[in-house]
Amino acid sequence: MSTDAQHTAHAHPTGNLYLRVAIILTLITIGEVWAYYVPALVASPLFNPALIALSAVKFAIVVLFYMHLKYDHRLFRALFTGPLIIAMCTIMALLFLFQQLAIKF
Amino acid sequence: MASHAAAGHAPGTPGHDDGQNHVHHHYTTTGLEHRKIAIWAFIGSECMLFASLIATYLIYKGRSLVGPFPHEPWTNEAGRTFPAILDIPITSVSTFVLLMSSFAMVLGLQAVQLKGSPLPDGANWWTRIQRNSQLWIGMTALLGATFLGFQAFEFTTFVHEGLTVRTNLFGSTFFTLTSFHGAHVTVGVLWLMTLLWIDRTRGLGPKDELIVDIAALYWHFVDVVWIAIFTLVYLIR
Repeated sequence: MSTDAQHTAHAHPTGNLYLRVAIILTLITIGEVWAYYVPALVASPLFNPALIALSAVKFAIVVLFYMHLKYDHRLFRALFTGPLIIAMCTIMALLFLFQQLAIKF
Repeated sequence: MASHAAAGHAPGTPGHDDGQNHVHHHYTTTGLEHRKIAIWAFIGSECMLFASLIATYLIYKGRSLVGPFPHEPWTNEAGRTFPAILDIPITSVSTFVLLMSSFAMVLGLQAVQLKGSPLPDGANWWTRIQRNSQLWIGMTALLGATFLGFQAFEFTTFVHEGLTVRTNLFGSTFFTLTSFHGAHVTVGVLWLMTLLWIDRTRGLGPKDELIVDIAALYWHFVDVVWIAIFTLVYLIR
């Protein structure tokens, strides 16, 4: 048995961990929706970055724990994160190209 | 566990029996199950598909010349004013439904993996119910179908309020993005119903871990795509 396999064979999550993850996902979603209805928060320049950060946290939690990427072989991690990074870079490049994002000097 | 199927070192990993209790595994030269590599490669390619759809939505965000608009009130040609078209409370509930479907799916996979293994002494109801694969796979399919119901309701409401795929840039990009996602959820629900049927007829067990794991990975991916869509389309202004 390889080191990876030995590691994964003993580190798999349990039903209680899955339940805690579900509760965390629910709480973050409630927080996001609550923030949407607070005008002072919506007016803040940090509103959009904060929502994107919370979304990224939820995304990462599901991928790491529910999709088991935290426990799986690193090749699977590469197969997912490689295209994901390319996809995110493409979105950013297009947003700059079409002037939805801009760097102010 | 899922990782067992990937590494193929645990008993009960997938393959086919040759009649002499020798299970044949489908390994690549990496030592990993090729079907699992394939689903991760597929998910990687799907990331880029949805990135193109999300990028298109974001590029045209705020550039519609006529209403309805997602977050701002709008006035029609007759001078009548309407509120913003996105219904955040309804979509929040459907988002919660999809998140809980992922929770049910991961418990369904665990139930298949643990099927046949003895319950620990003093197991409570929560431990016992976690072993019911039909319950969790069926619940995942039901929650997925509920999400589709919410989406059908939303689309119908939008059309009645005057927003179609041809109305403005928001309508075109919104319906394209969310319809593609809805189509993926539909495929997922059909896939889960197939698994449920197999479980009810011959029973799913540890030897079927990989086929359930692959379906679960697809389902969780559909969930994470919605996490991104919910924030970028519905919440961000």
